[in-house]
Amino acid sequence: MMGHLIVLPVVLPLVAGIVLLYDRHGRTRSKRLIGVGATALLVIVGIALVARASTGEVSFYALGDWQPPFGIVLVLDRLSALMVLLTALLALGAVVFACAGDDEQGSNFHGLFQWQLLGINGAFLTGDLFNLFVFFEVLLLASYALLMHGGGKARIQAGVHYVVLNLAGSSLFLIAVGVLYGATGTLNMADMAARLAELPAERAGLVSAGALMLLVVFGLKAAILPLYFWLPRAYSAAPAPVAALFAIMTKVGIYAILRVYSLIFGEQAGTLAGLEQSWVWWLSLATLVAAGIGVLAARDLRLLVAYLVLVSVGTLLAGIGMGSPAAVSALLYYLIHTTLVTGGLFLLAELIGLQRGKAGTRLVMGRPLQKGGWLAGLFLLGAVSVAGMPPLSGALGKALMLEAAEAGQRPWLWPMLLGTSLCALIALSRAGSTLFWRSQGEAAGQPLSRRRWFGVAWLLGASPLLVILAGPVSEYTLATANQLANPAIVIDALLNDAGDAP
Amino acid sequence: MESLYAITTGLLSACGLYLTLRGRTFPVVVGLTLLSYAVNLFLFSMGGLTTDGAAIVNGPTAYADPLPQALVLTAIVIGFAMTAFVVILAMRARGEMGNDHVDGRKHDDGEERR
Repeated sequence: MMGHLIVLPVVLPLVAGIVLLYDRHGRTRSKRLIGVGATALLVIVGIALVARASTGEVSFYALGDWQPPFGIVLVLDRLSALMVLLTALLALGAVVFACAGDDEQGSNFHGLFQWQLLGINGAFLTGDLFNLFVFFEVLLLASYALLMHGGGKARIQAGVHYVVLNLAGSSLFLIAVGVLYGATGTLNMADMAARLAELPAERAGLVSAGALMLLVVFGLKAAILPLYFWLPRAYSAAPAPVAALFAIMTKVGIYAILRVYSLIFGEQAGTLAGLEQSWVWWLSLATLVAAGIGVLAARDLRLLVAYLVLVSVGTLLAGIGMGSPAAVSALLYYLIHTTLVTGGLFLLAELIGLQRGKAGTRLVMGRPLQKGGWLAGLFLLGAVSVAGMPPLSGALGKALMLEAAEAGQRPWLWPMLLGTSLCALIALSRAGSTLFWRSQGEAAGQPLSRRRWFGVAWLLGASPLLVILAGPVSEYTLATANQLANPAIVIDALLNDAGDAP
Repeated sequence: MESLYAITTGLLSACGLYLTLRGRTFPVVVGLTLLSYAVNLFLFSMGGLTTDGAAIVNGPTAYADPLPQALVLTAIVIGFAMTAFVVILAMRARGEMGNDHVDGRKHDDGEERR
C-alpha cells in the first residue's frame, strides 16, 4: 500500500468523481458525504506524502512499471508533497462551504470538483512534460464547467474569455512541448535536464524558444502582467467555493515555472541555465504595480479579493525572479499563506454578500449585517493577514521575502512590495468600513449555515496557525528550496534507481 | 516535402490566429479549430518526417518516430472535446446575452452595455 501512496492523490479524486457522476440530480446527502469524505481522505494522503518527502528522499511511481525515461512517472519530492497537501487543505474548506447550498445551484458540482482536484494533483506530481499538459487540460476542463456552475450572464461572459484564452494557451503549450521534444528527443523532465547538459550548440536556439514559449503558457495560468486580464473577471464571477479553489490555480502556473526552470534549466543546462529569470523578475514587478492599482480601483469586494490574488502572484513571481534558495524558501512560505487566506476571503465575501440584500458585495451603503460582529472579526483577521501586517502570517512571508532580496534587487523589490501592501491596506480598510459601518435599514439577511462558517474559519484560521508553526514550516520550505536548487538529486533518483514497483 | 509541410502548418496557424482575434464567437471557434489542426500537424512532424518507413519499430529497417503519433492522438482527442465544449458555450453565450460578440456587446460602437 505504501508503494502506491504516490498515485493516490490522482486515483482517489478520479474514482470519487466517477462515483459522483452516477446521478445528475438528487441524492444530495450522499453526494455531499462522498465529496467531503474524499477530500478529507486527500488531506490524510497529503500529510502522509509530506511525511514521506520530508526525509529528503525523491521517490517516483512508474505507472504500469515502465521505467523512466520511457514510461510515465509521478515524482514525489518535497515541493510536490507540499503542494498536494496545500490543495487538499484548501479544497476541504471550499467543499464544506459548498455543502451549504452552492452545490445544488447546478448539476454535478461535487463530481467536477473532484476532477478539478485530480487535474491539480496530477500537475503537481507528474514528472513528464506532456503529462503536465494532459493534467492542465483536465483541471481546465473541470474549471470551465465549475466557473459557469449555476449559470448567469456574468459567468457565461467571463467563461467565454477564460475558455478561449486557455484554449489558445493549450495550443501554445503543445507547440512548446513539440519544439522541446524535437530538440532533445525526450519528454521526461529529468531526462530532458540530463540531455540538455550535452546539447549540441546549434540546437540551443530551438530549446530556448521552446522554453520561453512554455513561460508564456505558464504565465497565462499564473496571470503575469500582460496575460492576467482574464483573472479579475473570472474570479469575481465564479461561485464562492469555486473561486476559493481557484486560489490554487494561479499557483499551478507558479509551480510549473518553478519546477520546469529549476529542474530542466537548472545549473547543468550550461548557457541555457536560468534563461527565464530576468523575464520573470521584471514582469513580476510590473504585475505588482498593476495589481496595486487594481486593488485601489476595485468597487466590489470579490473583485478586490481577485486583485489581491494578483498581488500575491506578483510577489511569488518576484521570489522566482530572485532565484536564490532563500528567496524560493520565502516564496513557498508566502504561497501557503496566500493560497489559504485568499481562498478564505472569497468565501467570506460570499457570506457578507448574502447578508446585504441587493447591495451584495458591492462597496456601497447597504443593510446592516446579522452576526456582523463575527463577520467583521473574520474580515479583520483576513485583511490584516493578506495585507501583510504583523502579527499574522502575511507579515512573516513578506519579511522573509524582503530579507531574501540581494543588495542589487532591494531598491526594486522593497518599494514595490511595501507599496502594494499599502494599497491593499488602504483598499481593505475602506472596504471594511463601508461594509460594516455605513449601513441603514433593517437587517434582513438569511441566517448563515454552520458549514459556511466552518469553511471560512478553516481557511482563515490557517493564518495564525502558520505564525505559530512558522519554525517547522519555514524549515521545510528551506529544505525544499535547497532540494530544488540541486536538480541532480531528482535526475539521479529517476534515471539511476529502480523505483517502486507497483 | 519539408517546405510544403512547413508552409501548410504556418498558413493554418496564421489563419487560425487571425480568426481567433475576431470579435464574434463563430470566427473565434473556427480559428481555435484551425489553430489546433496546425498544432497537431506541427506535433506530428516533431520526430522528423519519415517517408516510406514502418509506423512502429520494426527491426533494423527505417521506422517513423512512434512517440509524436501517440502525442498527436492525445492532442486530437482533447482538441475534439474542447471544440465541442466551445461550440456549446458559444451558443449559451448567444442565448444569454442576445448577441454573439465575445464581449457581449450589442453594437460595434465600442461602448460596453450591461
